[in-house]
Amino acid sequence: MRKLKEFVIEKLILICGLASIFFVVLIFLFLTKEGLSVFGSVTPLNFLLGKSWYPISMPAQLGILPLIFGTLMVTLGAAIISIPIGVACAVYIAEIAPLKIKEILKAGIELLAAIPSVVLGFIGMVTLVPWVKSTFNLPTGLTALSGSIILAFMAMPTIVSVAEDALYSVPKSYKEGAYALGATHWQTIYRVLLPAASSGIVAAIMLGIGRVIGETMAVMMITGNAAVIPQSILVPVRTLTATIAAEMGEAVVGSEHYFALFAIGVVLFIMSFIVNVTADLFLHKRD
Amino acid sequence: MFKKTLFVLIGLLVVVSPVAAKNSNSIQIKGSDTMVNLGQAWAERYMEENPGDFVAVTGGGSGTGIAALINSTCDIAECSRSMKKEEIKLAESKGVEPVEHIVGLDGIAVVVNPKNPVSNLTVDQLRAIFMGAIKNWKEVGGEDKIIVLLSREVNSGTHVFFKEHILRRGNEKGPEEFAPGALLMSSSQAIADEVAQNQNAIGYYGMGYISPKQKVISVAKDDNSEYVAPTTEGVVKGRYPISRPLYLYLNGQAQGAVKKFLDFVFSKEGQEIVVKTDFVPVK
Repeated sequence: MRKLKEFVIEKLILICGLASIFFVVLIFLFLTKEGLSVFGSVTPLNFLLGKSWYPISMPAQLGILPLIFGTLMVTLGAAIISIPIGVACAVYIAEIAPLKIKEILKAGIELLAAIPSVVLGFIGMVTLVPWVKSTFNLPTGLTALSGSIILAFMAMPTIVSVAEDALYSVPKSYKEGAYALGATHWQTIYRVLLPAASSGIVAAIMLGIGRVIGETMAVMMITGNAAVIPQSILVPVRTLTATIAAEMGEAVVGSEHYFALFAIGVVLFIMSFIVNVTADLFLHKRD
Repeated sequence: MFKKTLFVLIGLLVVVSPVAAKNSNSIQIKGSDTMVNLGQAWAERYMEENPGDFVAVTGGGSGTGIAALINSTCDIAECSRSMKKEEIKLAESKGVEPVEHIVGLDGIAVVVNPKNPVSNLTVDQLRAIFMGAIKNWKEVGGEDKIIVLLSREVNSGTHVFFKEHILRRGNEKGPEEFAPGALLMSSSQAIADEVAQNQNAIGYYGMGYISPKQKVISVAKDDNSEYVAPTTEGVVKGRYPISRPLYLYLNGQAQGAVKKFLDFVFSKEGQEIVVKTDFVPVK
């Protein structure tokens, strides 16, 4: 009887474990099946490198290069803002902060992660967008930069908590060794701890970026959604995610527009897959 | 404590949801963002008079409403443009027979920031501005500032109407497009907000969204015509050049609660609500 119970429970857990992989495979197959259908009306090269996105015109122009650049521009900006602040914050929490401040900071960062993206987008729209417009003297504040700043806020909690874990898991003996050799606190952090935790920190950054690439609501609200290839970070952009979200409701099921949106989904899937695999590789480098 | 509350909530959901689902007097209305306030006003008044009935109104765009009607996920689609041939064909292939009702008229207002000195434009100037040929306000008598174009997303009936009637001059299949640099905003309110705070912006939306925070542009058909502001009178007499009918689409002839609602829409009271939400009544 006990053995049977063990057996059943073990198998149940196994099924639960396999379920997530099964779903990912199913989702990917569905995405690919629907997405590839678009190549009946547009060649893969024209789809990926086409410069105009006019999906409801006759004939439709389905070039997603401006959308890809939009996503890359916003992501790059968010990375440049969030990585230094996030890593520095992790170092402070893991190494320098007194216990009390550490607790407050960690709670605050968890709270930041809990703010829904639509709320961040709304706050960005009424505060950040006018600020960006007047500070940089632009015709409009709905720019890639506004999106980057808001997304940096969303990536930060991930970066801080994973990087902090990585710093904690550096063996204590490293630090003691450094002190014994006469290194100062800062020298120890900079020359010993950070290099030792580097693979974990890179993984933290990658996971943060993964979150940024997939974020939809906030970017849709504050990046302006103009499908042009951006020449700088101070112009409006349209991201892959915002395009899907804004147009899926309208697309007639089975039309080329509908298939094109799925193909964009495949492109996004591949992008975030690459980022996640990179993160994974770095995480396991430690072991 | 938290767990207990959660259980109570879940319990309530389980108990309540079948009741709500079984209620046959519920009407789902979906579609045009332009008409969502109007639909909401109708729904509230209608529910006051018929306490047993429940009307849910959501926006999202005319295309969204039509897609929902075709997929039978709503009872009434609100539309600020008429259904396209392809859409009717698709609906019929799914056993849905769309029936059109014109319930009001709407002028599309072109708006700028109150600080912008420009207040008159011709249709040709509008066309050049929104296609990106005119890029600076000084070319139409304003200050030396870059024009920021605000358009709606492609699921918006207003977007399609503006493109077909201003950019393409009524030729639906014409080659003209909005300038690629035009910002696509997700709602009429988003355009209103951006115009209110951005001195360089120009946008368009249904008359219902006009407020003192934006300045309405008077539009002339051509160089020899007078400039007309989008007012009820201007739209009724056909003097304002950018106006369109507003539609409700139903699947087949109205029955039961849907018919009652439709009758209410066309009643004196329903049409008064049309006026109150800044549209033009048909009766």
